[in-house]
Amino acid sequence: MNSVEQENSLIREISAEKYRYGFTTDVHTEIIDRGLTEDTVRLISERKGEPEWMLEFRLKAYRHWLTMEMPHWAHLDIPEIDYQNISYYADPTAKKEGPKSLEEIDPQVMKTFDKLGIPLEERLALSGGVAVDAVMDSVSVKTTFKKTLAEKGIIFCSMGEAIRNHPDLIKQYLGSVVNYRDNFFAALNSAVFSDGSFVYIPKGVRCPMELSTYFRINAAGTGQFERTLIVADDDSYVSYLEGCTAPMRDENQLHAAIVEIVVMDRAEVKYSTVQNWYPGDENGKGGVYNFVTKRGLVKGVDAKLSWTQVETGSAITWKYPSCVLQGDGSQGEFYSVALTNNWQQADTGTKMIHLGRNTKSTVISKGISAGHSQNSYRGLIKVGEHADGARNYSQCDSLLLGSDCGAHTFPYMDVKNETAIVEHEATTSKISEDQLFYCNQRGIPMEQAIGLIVNGYAKEVLNKLPMEFAVEAQRLLSVSLENTVG
Amino acid sequence: MPVQNYIDIFSQNRALIDKGSAGAMNALRDKAMKSLVRNGLPHKGLEEYLHTDVARWFEPDWGMNLSRIDMHVDKAQAFKCNVPNLSTLFYFLANDEFAASDTAAKASLPDGVFIGSLREAANRHSEILEGYYGRLADMDRPGIAAINTMFAQDGMMIYVPDGVIIEKPLQLVTLLHSPVDLMVNRRILVVLGRGAQLKLLLCDHALTGNAFLTTQVVEVFAGDGSGFELYDLEETHNANMRVSELYLSHGADSKAEIDYVTLHNGQTRNSVFSTFAGRGSSLSLNGIATIDKEQHVDNMTFVDHRAQDCTSSELFKYVLNDSSTGAFAGKVLVRHGAQHTVSEQTNRNICLTRESRMFTQPQLEIYADDVKCSHGATVGQLDEKAMFYMRQRGIPQAEARMMLMQAFVGEVIGRVALEPLRDRLNRLVEKRFRGELSQCEGCRACR
Repeated sequence: MNSVEQENSLIREISAEKYRYGFTTDVHTEIIDRGLTEDTVRLISERKGEPEWMLEFRLKAYRHWLTMEMPHWAHLDIPEIDYQNISYYADPTAKKEGPKSLEEIDPQVMKTFDKLGIPLEERLALSGGVAVDAVMDSVSVKTTFKKTLAEKGIIFCSMGEAIRNHPDLIKQYLGSVVNYRDNFFAALNSAVFSDGSFVYIPKGVRCPMELSTYFRINAAGTGQFERTLIVADDDSYVSYLEGCTAPMRDENQLHAAIVEIVVMDRAEVKYSTVQNWYPGDENGKGGVYNFVTKRGLVKGVDAKLSWTQVETGSAITWKYPSCVLQGDGSQGEFYSVALTNNWQQADTGTKMIHLGRNTKSTVISKGISAGHSQNSYRGLIKVGEHADGARNYSQCDSLLLGSDCGAHTFPYMDVKNETAIVEHEATTSKISEDQLFYCNQRGIPMEQAIGLIVNGYAKEVLNKLPMEFAVEAQRLLSVSLENTVG
Repeated sequence: MPVQNYIDIFSQNRALIDKGSAGAMNALRDKAMKSLVRNGLPHKGLEEYLHTDVARWFEPDWGMNLSRIDMHVDKAQAFKCNVPNLSTLFYFLANDEFAASDTAAKASLPDGVFIGSLREAANRHSEILEGYYGRLADMDRPGIAAINTMFAQDGMMIYVPDGVIIEKPLQLVTLLHSPVDLMVNRRILVVLGRGAQLKLLLCDHALTGNAFLTTQVVEVFAGDGSGFELYDLEETHNANMRVSELYLSHGADSKAEIDYVTLHNGQTRNSVFSTFAGRGSSLSLNGIATIDKEQHVDNMTFVDHRAQDCTSSELFKYVLNDSSTGAFAGKVLVRHGAQHTVSEQTNRNICLTRESRMFTQPQLEIYADDVKCSHGATVGQLDEKAMFYMRQRGIPQAEARMMLMQAFVGEVIGRVALEPLRDRLNRLVEKRFRGELSQCEGCRACR
């Protein structure tokens, strides 16, 4: 076998790689009937014990959603989605025989999170470790370290709990960054959203540990529509991590979330995602449709928001974590590694909207395409009239592994201010033969050499992840590329 | 006027349009009309026309010279736009009516070469016209190919048979002249045989101050191993609107250079559709726009790599002053199997004022792995450090600024293969930056 054939056969073998989080948990789950009507929205609100204003919020969004059409501008081939054939609420914590204790969690659910490597027992967490909000289907199962955090005035809880206990904050901020009119999936989410996390960091507080939410889809025939809201008050800091997995199923499951972040004066928020929803099998059957709206309003002066994402899962990804740089001197960052394999499709990137003076943004995006997958970067850099001294640098690189995949770049630049400097660079290529040859020459087999090069290629982004996630992300990349490229 | 009005005008004047035209041009009109009915005119709602609402340009009640009344264009004016030190074969398109200069008419061309009007070609070389006319211009994609095909009555055809090299560049000066606001639909067809070579310089001028809407469709078939150079210069005025579409098909091992220079205009939209049909061919595609006031320039390029081993290189630079707006969208598509493609694309822009605005949108769509593709885009200002360096050495600010702007667009001019044209462009750009518009010495046409 010559080296090209060898490389091709290795690339084919990626397809054989199994998804290790594809198990299901056998737990009693209350699932509402499929379909979406005003009654469904009312039922969700009722199940969650929400106040009237929240129901109104949902109904407004639902009525607006009815007037909208699904967007088709992305470089994605999205099969018809029957929104009436999805169940919008599944509760794995509902007890068969009446409520026993709110704190009591089904051992099966505990086991699931153990298996996923998410410690729900505080004593098992490493010292100075990570506080976790674990969400299965539509319900938050447990949030750890709540008390420790509360001592510093930090609120970290599920969205449902926040609506009940902190209505003023929720009323003030929910929908303030991503309005329900924003887009089709934002309207859908605003109507039917269930748990996600709410984080509030008070003035001057540096969050002592990483906050994390782990999303797990378990029930069949459902979608997950979580909502996350993070508010970082003046001079505060928080690093937030998000992870997700789903069972292997032949059906496609819909995940349409909203993440809103508000960053006040001199505050900093680091938001990291390792997205590993089930990507479908080697023939493109099954997998999660991941249509997410993530946006941060960097409102305060000298505030900073940094998005880091490692995207390896989902059959289809439609996601553009964005920063609205409103405060003077505010900064936005976007670091992304997106790996697509088999028949996966991803259309992901960012929007940096410069409104304040002397705002800065950096975009580093690394796409890796293998198999028959299609991987697109789509980005917008917009500089408003008053954004004097705005500065942006974007770099988007794509790596192609195999001749049947595609890598695409669609950046948009819209500059309305003459003092702005906006730079964009993009390259697309395959792995350098010189680099492979160099490695081979030094006794590193082809497989490892490709892995080494791909990891080096993604390093710039992986380095931005908190340690726990960086290790996980690196492992995920190598699993996806095992027997192929490393 | 809404699209329906154009369709009505077309239906009511069909006999008149056909009478003023000939052969293959008339044969395609019905198909074009159906396409216009289906697709309409390109408007802001379409991704490709996000920044240029071409449909609005068609709204006024434009005059159309369908009965081909003689407008008495003073063709001698065009000679003042010649390029010093560059000997060319000189032709005119007065609105859309073709004419050759005396010297060009008398020039002995190699056997088989045809340079003339499309109407004449329809009579003398109907087989060529039928074989090529309207074959590249895609009437079903958003654009003006359909409306142009419906109304275009004349234009120019150049046919260069296999192996023939035309050493002297051809200069085609298009003169817009009318006592009333006028819509002009012109058409250019270039067919190059195997190994043929041609250099074509297009200069767009307006002789009268009336508003003009020009639709221009250029189709170029570059045969295997051929060489083609096209320089398209626009020096019109603020009331001029121009939509131009260039369709280029590259044969194997062919080489093409296309340069767009917009020195002075009103509203301009240039689209280039370049298709690599054979292996080993190359394209150098460049553009300059130096605009001010309310002017608008939108260059859209689509380079379709269908074959292996092809190279494309694009460089577009804009200098925007006053309230002018610029847009650039460049798409490179590398199809499955188009291995060893090398493609680079650069768009750099300078906004000189707060009111000027630039949109840029480079795009890569790649379906083959053994390729090297890159693009880069920047929007910024003149380099302050360079400015400081020059000021320090006693160069006045205005002069330093001029030199920097000239150096900025100089990179594109440097790519122009014709040396006398390079010198000429440098001079014109300098005048443009000095605020002397771009008039050629003593020429009424460019004022």
